[in-house]
Amino acid sequence: MPIAIIDGRELEFPAGERLNAIQAAERVGIQVPYYCWHPGLTVAGSCRMCLVEAGTRNAATGEISMMPKLVPGCNTPVRDGVVIVTQSEKVQQARAMVEEDLLLRHPIDCPICDKAGECLLQDYHFKYGQDERRADIRPFTSRRRDVGDVTLFVDRCILCSRCVRFCREISGTSELTVVHRGAHEEIDVAPGFPLHNNLSGNVVDLCPVGALGDKDFLYRQRVWYLKRHQGICTGCATGCSIWVEENQDRIHRLKPRENPQVNQWWICNEGRYSYPHVHNDRRLAQPRRRDTQAVVDLDWTTLPAELLQRLREAGRLAAVLSPYLSVEEAYLLATLVRGVDPEARLILGPVPVIGEDERFPNGFTVSAEKCPNRRGVEEIIARFQSGRITTFDAFPSQLKGGRIGGVWFSGGYKKENWIEDEKVRSLTALKLLVVQDLFPSAVSALATYELPGAAFAERDGSYVNRNDHLQSVRWAVRPPYGVRPEGTLYWEMLGRPGLYNARAVLNELAAEIPYFHVAGGPVPDVGVNLKVNLLAEQPEEIGVRS
Amino acid sequence: MKPDDKDIQWVEEPDLGASGKTYLPLFVEGMTTTIKHLLSPKMTVEFPEERHQIPDPILYRGVHRLNRDEQGRVKCVACFLCATACPAHCIDIVAAESPWPDREKYPASFTIDELRCIFCGMCEEACPVDAIELTSLFDLSGKSREEMVFDKEKLLSIYDRTKDSEPMRSVRMAAEGKPVGGERPAILPETEGPPEIAEKDNLAEPGATP
Repeated sequence: MPIAIIDGRELEFPAGERLNAIQAAERVGIQVPYYCWHPGLTVAGSCRMCLVEAGTRNAATGEISMMPKLVPGCNTPVRDGVVIVTQSEKVQQARAMVEEDLLLRHPIDCPICDKAGECLLQDYHFKYGQDERRADIRPFTSRRRDVGDVTLFVDRCILCSRCVRFCREISGTSELTVVHRGAHEEIDVAPGFPLHNNLSGNVVDLCPVGALGDKDFLYRQRVWYLKRHQGICTGCATGCSIWVEENQDRIHRLKPRENPQVNQWWICNEGRYSYPHVHNDRRLAQPRRRDTQAVVDLDWTTLPAELLQRLREAGRLAAVLSPYLSVEEAYLLATLVRGVDPEARLILGPVPVIGEDERFPNGFTVSAEKCPNRRGVEEIIARFQSGRITTFDAFPSQLKGGRIGGVWFSGGYKKENWIEDEKVRSLTALKLLVVQDLFPSAVSALATYELPGAAFAERDGSYVNRNDHLQSVRWAVRPPYGVRPEGTLYWEMLGRPGLYNARAVLNELAAEIPYFHVAGGPVPDVGVNLKVNLLAEQPEEIGVRS
Repeated sequence: MKPDDKDIQWVEEPDLGASGKTYLPLFVEGMTTTIKHLLSPKMTVEFPEERHQIPDPILYRGVHRLNRDEQGRVKCVACFLCATACPAHCIDIVAAESPWPDREKYPASFTIDELRCIFCGMCEEACPVDAIELTSLFDLSGKSREEMVFDKEKLLSIYDRTKDSEPMRSVRMAAEGKPVGGERPAILPETEGPPEIAEKDNLAEPGATP
């Protein structure tokens, strides 16, 4: 294998692998600072922060000859015998000089800048900058420019051009550009063509300083108050890995989490700004029983036993498994109704499909299917019903004849009145209808039992995306008072000991259903592909660039 | 530990002696202290008829106030540094975009729970724009806990009440010829006047779509 020497340490890497000096240094645990480089974008080499010393070792004599000038690490491919020096005095001086140069024109308005706390310019200044400032401090200005989906603070920009390259290469829309020259360079858009595409939120994450501001997050929180939790976006069947950033159980923003197998470094705006429903006041927050005369508020402690009793009395059962349920919850619910009535029908809940898949030049796809777990729920239903999957559209015909007495309807849909009245008309004649949902809807209006459900960031569980990629997450925020996550209720109704343990259910699933077999082992943060053994047959793998 | 442990050192009471047993020397010593204090100048005052004179209001840490700039607007820029520095977590700020063209951010709400506050002065030290200051008012009282949670208006009114007797620290230090902001170079040089602001950019036809 080829060997590179980085700060005296030897790094062996597979022949044919394309690495630059920054990546190679990272492998031996050395951090090289950089602004303009990003693993997902082309190399610009404009910030000069990653300057390193480079040279070669003569394989025959072992003699090392260094280049006289510093070279940008991002643009220096690592080959066999390459020697990189990242910590010499010359390199450190160069870094300090770049920092000083950037700070000449940068307004030091960190106290009111949203990026403060996660700003690379700040971090690198403390790490690599000079203690003393030799230039005058300019009165800070905060020219603000509305460039469409995001806000641009013109003077904070360090012209790394990451956002410009993102718009050209990833979203393929090329709205942002650099205007003027030299010290007057600025980021701007062409008049009448604002930054407006479904991936535009990513430029805010890409910005190493506070120049690009998220309009949704602007001034809401200081970043050091936020705690981040691993999450999965449940906005569509792509199932992007995200960070859920919250403070005191209130989500303030969602950010992409790097996952080379699903979403790389990006998420779409639709998913990014999909969290407000979690804190909507209209959410159901009280379990209720609707009798013929009155509506009775119920208590969670007695509810499991009462529900079990009513399910047993209802006769033939059916359960609508929502594609918003995690696989663990779907499995527990299926086990539950099948335990009460061994011939209970299992139906796949309504799958929301809006428009068509939105594909971006790099392969990133926003799915038209707006639910996270259709595949997982389908496989569970198929297991219980020996391969037969009933869709929700076929459900009313099964209800005809009045053979089914009780239906458990799990929802989790992100808005009110997500279903039309006609579609649920067949549910009116039921003896028992248990509805578990986030918001009031036409179904919950008919419910005998109306139970509040948890939102995506409030539950433990795993989701299977449309490419059979399973990811597990834990809850990020606690549900509002009065709400209990679905899994907890099913766990209690099944009489299992202790607290709801999603991992234990997943192990059970993996042992029982061959499709989930891979998930029986440790599930890494990026998830596992359930068809990993069949990958060769996969026609496409989204997100992975060739 | 046992009583015969070698690490234990037993100390006997000193012998008082004959004169000591009469307690007279100690009595004289005590009376001397008492009489000395009787004759020395009084440290106490008859509060509330008489108020304690605070030697240096700039050092005293009493009730907070929120300073105003020349135009009467709240000086605070809602940077949350005071709330971050506060060890008692008694400051709660809600930031919003400022309604003024020369400012970016301002506090839509600013509350201090004076009952929770430990009057350490960290907020004052953290503030980059000299907006929050501790005054020399010490007799704060209220009829309920809610009343002791001071909001922005209340804190500004304390400034209005105390601005003549205690000018802003930055003003006073500038008058005394001291560098404002101590040894460090001030981060924000234009705290006293409106900063020099380039005109706000506006996109041509911001609402236009391609």
